[in-house]
Amino acid sequence: MSRSGFKELAIAACLAILAGFVPLVFNNYWLSISVTAMMYIALCTSWVMFSGPTHYISLASGAFFGIGGYLVATGMSDYQMSFWLMAGISALVATILAGLIGAATLRLSGVYFVIFTLGLAEMIRNLVSWVQNNFLGSRGLYVLTDFTEAHIYWMLLVLAAAAYFLGWYINRSRLGFALRIIGNDETVARHVGINTATAKIVLFMTTGFFGALVGAVIAPRYSYIEPNQVFSPELSFMVVIMALLGGAGRLWGPIVGVIPFTLVWEYVSLQFPNQTTMFIGLIFLLIVFVLPNGIVGRLEQVAVKIRQGGH
Amino acid sequence: MKRRTNLKLAAAAALALALPQVALAEDTLKLGIVAHKTGPLAGGEKVTQTPNVQLWIHEVNERGGLNVGGTQMKVELVEYDDKTNPGEHIKAANRLINQDNVHFIVAPYGTGFNIAAAPIYGKSGYPMVAVSAITDKVDELAERFPNLFFTLGTTTAFVEAVRDILVEQRDAGNIGNKVAMVNVADAFGIELADVARQAFTDAGFELVYDKSYPLGTPDLSPVMKGAKASAADAFIAWSYPPDSFGLAEQAIIEDLDVSIYYSAVATSFPAFFGAYGSKIDNVLGAGGTNVDDPKIAAYRQAHEEVTGATPDFWASANTYAALEVLGQAIEGAGTLDRNTVTQYIKDNSFDTIMGTLDFENNFSEKFWTVGQWQDGVFRGVKGVNVDGAVDVRLKDGWK
Repeated sequence: MSRSGFKELAIAACLAILAGFVPLVFNNYWLSISVTAMMYIALCTSWVMFSGPTHYISLASGAFFGIGGYLVATGMSDYQMSFWLMAGISALVATILAGLIGAATLRLSGVYFVIFTLGLAEMIRNLVSWVQNNFLGSRGLYVLTDFTEAHIYWMLLVLAAAAYFLGWYINRSRLGFALRIIGNDETVARHVGINTATAKIVLFMTTGFFGALVGAVIAPRYSYIEPNQVFSPELSFMVVIMALLGGAGRLWGPIVGVIPFTLVWEYVSLQFPNQTTMFIGLIFLLIVFVLPNGIVGRLEQVAVKIRQGGH
Repeated sequence: MKRRTNLKLAAAAALALALPQVALAEDTLKLGIVAHKTGPLAGGEKVTQTPNVQLWIHEVNERGGLNVGGTQMKVELVEYDDKTNPGEHIKAANRLINQDNVHFIVAPYGTGFNIAAAPIYGKSGYPMVAVSAITDKVDELAERFPNLFFTLGTTTAFVEAVRDILVEQRDAGNIGNKVAMVNVADAFGIELADVARQAFTDAGFELVYDKSYPLGTPDLSPVMKGAKASAADAFIAWSYPPDSFGLAEQAIIEDLDVSIYYSAVATSFPAFFGAYGSKIDNVLGAGGTNVDDPKIAAYRQAHEEVTGATPDFWASANTYAALEVLGQAIEGAGTLDRNTVTQYIKDNSFDTIMGTLDFENNFSEKFWTVGQWQDGVFRGVKGVNVDGAVDVRLKDGWK
């Protein structure tokens, strides 16, 4: 167990290093697809860290992502703050917010949590617009930096790698063990003396942290931030679909989910530009009926079969 | 056997992918556009951008194409949908540049999209003659993105024109000092209201009502009821397309008694008159045009004949003029070299349906700021360096 864990980490590290060369090898078109893919890999990895073991489906990604993008834009545009400072503040704000949301909803059973996070992005968008309109005012939210697509890609890669490493570390810690028990049976977890609420809240805060940082890094790419673009409920669903497609049971699930999804999505958008929503629906059906444990689950099944066949 | 079939299939697929590039004729100029075919900005794109691109390409090809250094090149459009999503937009712009190798591009619709796309297009030297992009940061943006040109004006110019109308009407004794102002609580609406709050107060007006409403709110009746209760002389709304319509509807229901009524974006859309007819007579809005100008009249007629749609009374003409600038710059520079064409735009003036356009620090200072519905036509009443502004009429009931 211990050795295979390190093997997994070593493979991930090699992949991350390889991925670092993407901007040097690909042309700008493939790089821009890679940026989108890397954004989702980072978001999905931090999503899987929480939702994988606990089985709580979080639709809050859009809210955290929006906080990152919006705070960076407001700080840089209206208060001449540096990008790095605002990215740090946004991560802090989102982490605290995730803690508060977690404290309010994670004590309840799963479905209440899902419903609450569903409306969260919309609620925060309205809240920040209201605050900005009534108290701060604005002359347009510009995020003008010298970052190129390659810089943004590398920053996202670092975030994805950090999320992966943290997830790997937590998995092997007491906290990870506690979470797996919670995921299997919360009542049992409580009876063996695990503080289930605290464990869940702490983990949910990490998704808030990474979500905001990804939003902050993407803000210079958009250059001009409109709240309804960064607080996008669609983003929350895309994260869930890609993570489930890959498989939420393993930390590396998102990687095998996001990459094929992004490529097929690009193909579908080009060939059938008016049918993309239907495509998402089909993917969802595919996950439910054919790949309940994602691509990862299917791969592991095949691996077991091959091993058995070999005997 | 099976493997061979697969190989054949793969070969066929590779061939199919490679073919379009081979089949392209040499004397075609590829013009790329990333459009908002779906999503929040699809409505604006469809009215203002799409038909003008279609019309301009039709007109150019009709007369045999663009003369690029002695070669007649027909224009062919390469088009993608971005779902009004900046991430998708950047991806599609990169696709136009790297996969399709388009020669030139049409600047996107919307301030945010122009600024997001500017570094992408700028890296490969593509000139962007932007229309639907209004900002107060022209200088900073022009310095950062030397390939990005602005043609529709600044936030401050739009607010100041409204302020000037209020001042003129007050000086003429037609209205008092009380102004009711509302705005949509979203990027551009907040920005306009912010500038206006200062400008109106400085001009000695009293803001007796100053409220915002969320983007996409379905019910504007409380907003209008409040404005009515404030007994203001003028009503100013910094609004977006759906709420410009919603506010007019509520004003009709409440029979809002003001002498000046202004709503910002989309008031100039033909659909606005289509929805309310003579009831919205004398309503003011952002934009305007001079339909009596023979060039504009001819343009509007061609627009209807070729695209089957009525152009709006504002940015439609600017959009067509921006394409004329691009076309004339390509012909004038006589080359497909994008940096030469960009420099040509900076150095020369252009004869367009909007009159002569030239760029100082990437900014063309010739645009309409306020128009008014007068007997079924939205006429320009205020503008910068434009001819043919008519007198403002007072709003008198909603019949």
